[in-house]
Amino acid sequence: MAQLTLKRKLAILSDAAKYDASCASSGTEKRSSLKSGGIGSTEGSGICHAYAPDGRCISLLKILLTNFCVYDCIYCVNRSSSNVERARFSVEEVVSLTLDFYKRNYIEGLFLSSGIIRSPHYTMEELVRVARTLRKEHGFAGYIHLKVIPNADAELLAEAGRWADRLSTNIELPTDAGLAQLAPEKKSDEIRGAMARIHLAQRAAQPEPKSRAKPDNFTPAGQSTQMIVGADGTNDGAILRRAGGLYAGYGLKRVYYSAFSPIPDASSRLPLKPPPLVREHRLYQADWLLRFYGFEVDEIMAGGEDGHLDLTIDPKLAWALKNRQDFPVDVNRASKESLLRVPGLGTKVVERILGTRRHHRLRLEDIGRLVRSLKSVRPFIIADDWSPGGLLDTQHLKARLTPAPQQLSLL
Amino acid sequence: MATVILDALNDVAEWRQKARQLLLAGIAPVEVRWRDPHSESGLFEERQEHLLPVRQPVRSVPAAFLELAEQVVCHTAEHRFDLLYRFLWRLVDDRGLMEAASDPDLAEMRQMASAVRRDSHKMKAFVRFRTVSGASAREQFMAWFEPSHYVLERTAPFFMRRFASMDWAIVTPYRSARWDGQKLQFGPGGKKSDVPSEDAMEEAWKTYYASIFNPARLKVAMMKSEMPVKYWRNLPEAELIVPLVRNARAAENQMVGRAATQPPSRHARQLARQVNEAEAPSEADIASPEDARAAISGCRRCGLYEHATQAVFGEGPQDADIVFVGEQPGDQEDLQGRPFVGPAGQLFDEALVKVGINRERVYVTNAVKHFKFTPRGKRRIHQKPDGGEVSACRFWLDLERSFLKPRITVALGATAAHSLFGKTVTISKSRGQPITDDKGDVLFVTNHPSYLLRIPDKAAAAVEREKFEADLAAIRDYVSRAS
Repeated sequence: MAQLTLKRKLAILSDAAKYDASCASSGTEKRSSLKSGGIGSTEGSGICHAYAPDGRCISLLKILLTNFCVYDCIYCVNRSSSNVERARFSVEEVVSLTLDFYKRNYIEGLFLSSGIIRSPHYTMEELVRVARTLRKEHGFAGYIHLKVIPNADAELLAEAGRWADRLSTNIELPTDAGLAQLAPEKKSDEIRGAMARIHLAQRAAQPEPKSRAKPDNFTPAGQSTQMIVGADGTNDGAILRRAGGLYAGYGLKRVYYSAFSPIPDASSRLPLKPPPLVREHRLYQADWLLRFYGFEVDEIMAGGEDGHLDLTIDPKLAWALKNRQDFPVDVNRASKESLLRVPGLGTKVVERILGTRRHHRLRLEDIGRLVRSLKSVRPFIIADDWSPGGLLDTQHLKARLTPAPQQLSLL
Repeated sequence: MATVILDALNDVAEWRQKARQLLLAGIAPVEVRWRDPHSESGLFEERQEHLLPVRQPVRSVPAAFLELAEQVVCHTAEHRFDLLYRFLWRLVDDRGLMEAASDPDLAEMRQMASAVRRDSHKMKAFVRFRTVSGASAREQFMAWFEPSHYVLERTAPFFMRRFASMDWAIVTPYRSARWDGQKLQFGPGGKKSDVPSEDAMEEAWKTYYASIFNPARLKVAMMKSEMPVKYWRNLPEAELIVPLVRNARAAENQMVGRAATQPPSRHARQLARQVNEAEAPSEADIASPEDARAAISGCRRCGLYEHATQAVFGEGPQDADIVFVGEQPGDQEDLQGRPFVGPAGQLFDEALVKVGINRERVYVTNAVKHFKFTPRGKRRIHQKPDGGEVSACRFWLDLERSFLKPRITVALGATAAHSLFGKTVTISKSRGQPITDDKGDVLFVTNHPSYLLRIPDKAAAAVEREKFEADLAAIRDYVSRAS
């Protein structure tokens, strides 16, 4: 085979990595190169160094070590039966590319994944070698996210967690039946088993309440996973129930929902059309309601129809429209929990409302200054000078609050 | 009307000191106008320079105000100092004002502060360093950046923490910052031509930017709101945006339109290798405990596999005299893949030690092999398996018992008892002595250790614990008589 240039390899191996949605670089421990003497820092909130025209943040160098793969997952661009062009980076190439990009402030870390070559163990070993070289030989203190190869050895997973800020093991499909069908070599118990091992290691890395000994660091930014939406027939309810189980079981920081995207040289067993991107967006909104707004999956799904979320409006508004008996909520008296259920009031706004009303009573214009738009809030609240009256009960409320379909925006 | 002209564009200490003088002198906001060194002063303005008389005492202001002021002074709006002083004037009389988030002045200051924070954040994101060829042993980099507000001073320490081991300079129109590994220093502003016009890595960076973009997901408005066009002229990758967007549809159609091709020969070789790999035995072919352990990972006899981590098979020596059967794995058992390792398992171990049963010599397992739970936030709440799940899983329990052939099988709790007897068993009536079933197997019934953990009253818990230990002692005695 002809030798590929580094530039060509980079093009192939970043193109191959782009179907993984995660690019988060936040929520890790604080590190500074002033202390380490090397290069790199992390400080709480992540930085998106660029945005691609797909609206996605670029904060990490997201690449595969190789896109050769012995697995044949139907939905994957890198599956062994695909004729996509193949390439492989050496460990040293990834290390120097990461450092060169980092020093120019293009990125704030590395997100390294890989196709499976030779064996899961061998592949994981190569990923760990990149992280170890960056940390130990170059004093790199930037962010590192490694993809976990589920059935690699436990000791390798333990070492990976020592160097990486975050580990992720992709659940891939919302149901085990879907996984068996579309990713025949992957085993759901191995995937969840890896998440469980990571979770146990994270718990072991928490210092004992009364002990002064600090255990070794393990994935300070936690673990995450990704689910492909729309490659099989699973409905939104089953997707969110899967997510709820993963959040509860393995302390996941995030579940990423990735609308199945058309890929070159696609298998004929895939659906012809990708799901609308808005479905992915609604799932993220529902996920937020689960984690930060005290909603249960069944409540959220009650806002939709036939096990699917309503695509035309956000899930909180959908829930509120079907539970009008709980409204209007008085912004001057209501509890935090009920304020969080008002469409258009986010967690920050609710905090501000609670702060302000200690000082004076709130009028509608006060709320107007705190929220982006009063339109969806107004029918659901009572303020000092405002009551929605019949507005809340009108049949046309949903139509009135449904955003007009947007035109495709070009430059 | 007096005019205060500040020496610095964004120095909160300077503003604070001057504001304090005005406040002490009782000069109201309407009587004073603030100017920064960039603003054009009116011809007839009277500059406030002489020391003012102290007319009123001034109390301290909340720390939250000073924190906000530090950000507001970095905004480019000309009236920022007037706004701050007007608010300060009211704040002295009404210290609660900082909490009135809907106050128009406070809301405006908050907006300005947020614009400053955002600009500072975007600076951290969009500065692009270029190498400077020099004689120094340390690597040297420079960047040109045009912030929307006066944020260089508050943002430069970030670059110091991130790039401590390299020399760097950031030049903006109003000021510049320089780091030499020892000291962070600020100097006058400059122009774009002060900084190298290219860098050898930019080609690779643009290759990455173009390749990581997915043309099937065009969301230009989203990109522009996060990477506003005003920053584009100093971003090397931005020149790709227009062509990428223009060609996106064609690129997507090309992706979709490329029909599936014949798999490469590598794939066929791959398939041939996989056939040789050992498959887990199917349920019909199970001939040993090892087969059973391997086969259970694929169990689909009930729906519990879907959300549990893994099937948790029994554990212990194959020639054990006693088999203990619990209900189902709990959170810990599910995560670790081993039975009786959670809190109830620990209590169980302690009780065994107390009555003198060797834990190494007993076999422990569960009536149901997958963990059943409901998720609640970050925790999984245990749920009792239903009759269907228990009877579906009896296949595995029967298999275990047929391989083990123990002297006695102990049901811990009602679920295990139901599974072993095939009917509902009242523990209080059946406990205490071995029961021989119609197949001739010797069974025993007692509580599940987790029941003991759930009794809130300490005295009652102690009583139940004694009963549990008495049952274990009876089991111990039965086994020693039998052998």
